[in-house]
Amino acid sequence: MANTATHDHAHDHHDHKPHGLKRWLYATNHKDIGTMYLVFACVMFFLGGAMALVIRAELFQPGLQFVDPGFYNSMTTMHALLMIFGAVMPAWTGLANWMVPMQVGAPDMALPRLNNFSFWLLPFAFTLLLLTLFVPGGAPAGGWTLYPPLSLQAGDSFPLTIFAIHLMGISSILGAINVVVTILNMRAPGMGLLNMPLFCWTWLITAYLLIAVMPVLAGAVTMLLTDYFFGTSFFAASGGGDPVMFQHIFWFFGHPEVYILILPAFGVVSEIIPTFSRKPLFGYESMVYATASIAFLSFIVWAHHMFTVGMPLAGQLFFMLSTMLIAVPTGVKVFNWCATMWKGSISFETPMLFAIAFLFLFTLGGFSGLMLAIVPADFQYHDSYFVVAHFHYVLVPGAVFAIMAGVYYWLPKWTGRMYNEKIGKLHFWLSTIGVNVLFFPQHFLGLAGMPRRIPDYSTQFADWNMVSSLGASLFGFSQLLFVYVIWSAVRSGEKAADRPWEGAHGLEWELPTPAPYHSWETPPTRSVISHGAMH
Amino acid sequence: MTRHARTALSATAFAILGSLAPLAAHAEWGNLNMPVGVTVLSKEIHALHMTMFWWCVAIGVFVFGWMIWSLVAFRKSQGAKPDTTMTHSTKAEIVWTVIPVVILVIMAIPAARTLIAIEDTRNTEISIKVTGYQWKWHYDYLGEDVKFFSSLARASDEARQLGSGVNPESVENYLRDVDNPLVVPEDTKVRVLLTAQDVIHAWWVPAFGMKKDAIPGNVNELWFKVEKGKTGLYRGQCAELCGRDHGFMPIVVKVVTKDEYRTWLAGQKAGESTPADASSEPAADSSPTIAALPAAPQG
Repeated sequence: MANTATHDHAHDHHDHKPHGLKRWLYATNHKDIGTMYLVFACVMFFLGGAMALVIRAELFQPGLQFVDPGFYNSMTTMHALLMIFGAVMPAWTGLANWMVPMQVGAPDMALPRLNNFSFWLLPFAFTLLLLTLFVPGGAPAGGWTLYPPLSLQAGDSFPLTIFAIHLMGISSILGAINVVVTILNMRAPGMGLLNMPLFCWTWLITAYLLIAVMPVLAGAVTMLLTDYFFGTSFFAASGGGDPVMFQHIFWFFGHPEVYILILPAFGVVSEIIPTFSRKPLFGYESMVYATASIAFLSFIVWAHHMFTVGMPLAGQLFFMLSTMLIAVPTGVKVFNWCATMWKGSISFETPMLFAIAFLFLFTLGGFSGLMLAIVPADFQYHDSYFVVAHFHYVLVPGAVFAIMAGVYYWLPKWTGRMYNEKIGKLHFWLSTIGVNVLFFPQHFLGLAGMPRRIPDYSTQFADWNMVSSLGASLFGFSQLLFVYVIWSAVRSGEKAADRPWEGAHGLEWELPTPAPYHSWETPPTRSVISHGAMH
Repeated sequence: MTRHARTALSATAFAILGSLAPLAAHAEWGNLNMPVGVTVLSKEIHALHMTMFWWCVAIGVFVFGWMIWSLVAFRKSQGAKPDTTMTHSTKAEIVWTVIPVVILVIMAIPAARTLIAIEDTRNTEISIKVTGYQWKWHYDYLGEDVKFFSSLARASDEARQLGSGVNPESVENYLRDVDNPLVVPEDTKVRVLLTAQDVIHAWWVPAFGMKKDAIPGNVNELWFKVEKGKTGLYRGQCAELCGRDHGFMPIVVKVVTKDEYRTWLAGQKAGESTPADASSEPAADSSPTIAALPAAPQG
C-alpha cells in the first residue's frame, strides 16, 4: 500500500507510464496486467481453436483423411488444456484485473508485484506445454483429465506437461489471492460487501474455489509424476494402488474448476442484463447466496463425472442427488435474470445480445446437465458426444460468450472508444448461429451411440458430423471479426462518453472515460458510491 | 399414446430443437435419439431418459417463454418504461426455490428405482469375463473354458488406415464389425465382469442400455437380459479413451436362442476354431488375476 501511495504522488495526476517493453515486463498496473491477460487469452483461444478445427476437419467425413489417430488424441488433449487453462481462466483473471479495482473504488490491485508474477508465469507455462508438440512421442494424448494408466504411457511430453500444469496452478492461485485481498481490503469506505457489483462477488467466490482446489490438482499431477519417474504406485494396481483414486482426486479439483470457469460469467451477465433492461438486478442478495450455494455444492458432486467406474449404490445415489440439487441455485439465478428483464426497457446492443444468448444457451446446457445427473441414463450418455455437447454448451455460449459480452460492455471504458455496433452485431449473429450448428447435432450423435475422443466413426454418424464440422468453421472463422472489431475500435473508434450505456450503474462508470491509469487515486466519496450503486 | 408414437414424437422434438428438421429425408438424419434397446434395463433407461427430456421441454417452454415474452414485450424501441421499483421479492424467491425442489424429487424417485434394479446382480445364469486390451477385447466364459479375442474386422481395419484410398461407405459395418463376436443367449441374465490388461477401457453396447469401465486391477460388473425374440447382432464400442486406436475396438454381441447357444458353446469346447484360438492369448497376465485381487477400493 505504501508503495502504491508514493507511486501516486510521483505521478501526480497525469498518467505517466513506463514506455516500450519495460511497461509490460515490469508491469504492476492492474490495467496493463489485465490487458496482457486478455491478449494472452485471445492468443490461446485462437491456438486452441485451430486445434478444434483440426479435430472437426478430421471428423468432417468417416475415414482418416488428415491426421494420425495418435496426433488426433493430442489435439483433443491440447485443445482442452489450452482452452481451459490458457483461454477462459486467464480471460477471467484479465477481466478481474481491469474491473475489480474500478468497481470497489481502489487505485489498483492489492498486490501489484505478485500480479506481475502471476501473469508472467503463464507464457512460460504454455511455452512448456506447446513444446510437447515437438518432442519424441508427441504432445500428451491421454485426454486433459490425464487418467492413469493411459497418461503414464506418454513419452517425453510427460514431465513438460506436469510442470506446465504446476506453473498454471501457481499462477491461478496467486491471481486468486490478489482478488481476495483486493476485495476484502481495498474497498472504498462505505462500500459494504453487499454493495459490491455482482461481478466482484462471483469473482470473490471463484477465488476461494481456486485457492481450495488448484493445490489438489497439483497433488494429483505430482503423484502421477512420482509414479512415472520414481517408482511409486499411487495409481498402479500392480503395486497396490488404484487408478480410480486418481479420478476421485482429479474430479475433486475438476468439478469446482467447472464453476471457476462459469461463476464469473454469472457476474458479468448480472451486470449487463440490468444495464440494458434499465432496471436494477432482481434479487441481488439471493444472487449472492445462490452463487455461494453453487460453490459449496461443487465440492460434493465430483463423482458424477465417473458414474461408470463402479461405485457402491449408496455412492451413486448420493452423487446423483447432490448433483441434481445444483439445479436449484442455478434456477434461482436464471429466474432472477428473467425477472430483471421483466417490466424493463430493453435494448439490444452487442453486449446485451451476447448476454441473452448466454441466458438461453447456458440454460440449455443446464438441461442436458440435469439429464446427465440421472445415473441410469448417464450410463448411456457417459463419454458419448452427448457429454461433449453438454459441456461445450455451458463453456462456449456460456463462459466464452460472457467473456465476449464483458469485453464489448467495458471496452469503451477501457479505451475511451466505441466499437462498431454493426460489426459487433454481425459477430454476435455469426457466432450464435455457428455455435448451435456446431454443438446441437452432437446431442444426436451421442444419443445415437457415438463415443467421444474418436478420430473416425462408422458411417451412420456421417451426416450430423458433417453439419457439426460446418458449424465449427463458421463459428471459428467468425471469431476473426471479434479481433477486428476490437482492433478497429482501439485504432479509430468514435470517442465514448463517461457513461456510454445510459442504464449502466456501478463505480466504474463514475470514472472518466477512458479510465485513468490509477483508477481511484482517492477513494470515491459516499455520495459517489450511492450514485453508482442502484440496488 | 403408444410407445412407438411417443418415440416418433420425441425424435421429432429433438429435430425441431435442432431446427434442422427439413433435412430428415435422408435415413440417417433420423438417428436423433437414444435407442430403446432390447433388454429390460435398456427400456427402463430409455423411458427415464424420455421422462427427463419431457421435463426439460416443459421447464424450457416456461423459462424460454418467459425470456422471449420479456424480450418482446419490454422493448425500449416500443416505448417500454422500466419499473425500477421492482428489485426483489422474497415470495418469488421461495416459490422458485421450492417448485424446482419438488420437481427434482419427482425426477429422482424413478431414477433411484431403476438404479437399484441395475445394481441387482443376483441370480445371473452366465458369467463372462471381459478384459480390455489396447486395442481389442478378450472374452472368457467363466467355468466353460471358452475364451477368445475379439478385434476390429479386417475390412474395416484396412479401410481405416490413413490414406487407404478405401471409401468407408463401401465397407459393410465400417468400424462396427469384429472377427469374433461375443455370443450370448436371449432371455438369460448374463453377468459381465469387466477388467483391463493395460489402461482403462469401457464396454458399451447402446442397445443394452449400459456401459461400464474396464479398469486394470479392478473388477466391475454389469448385467443384461436380452428379451426373448430379440436375437441378432448388437454393436457398440470402447467408450473410454484408451490410446491411439481407441476408436478402433468395436464390440459385437451376437444374441442367439438358448439352443443355438448350447450348440455354439459345445462346438467351442470341442475345439472348433471359428472364434479365436485361445492359444493366442498372452501367456500370463501381468496384472493380478481376479482371484488374487484385493477387495477393490471403489468408493
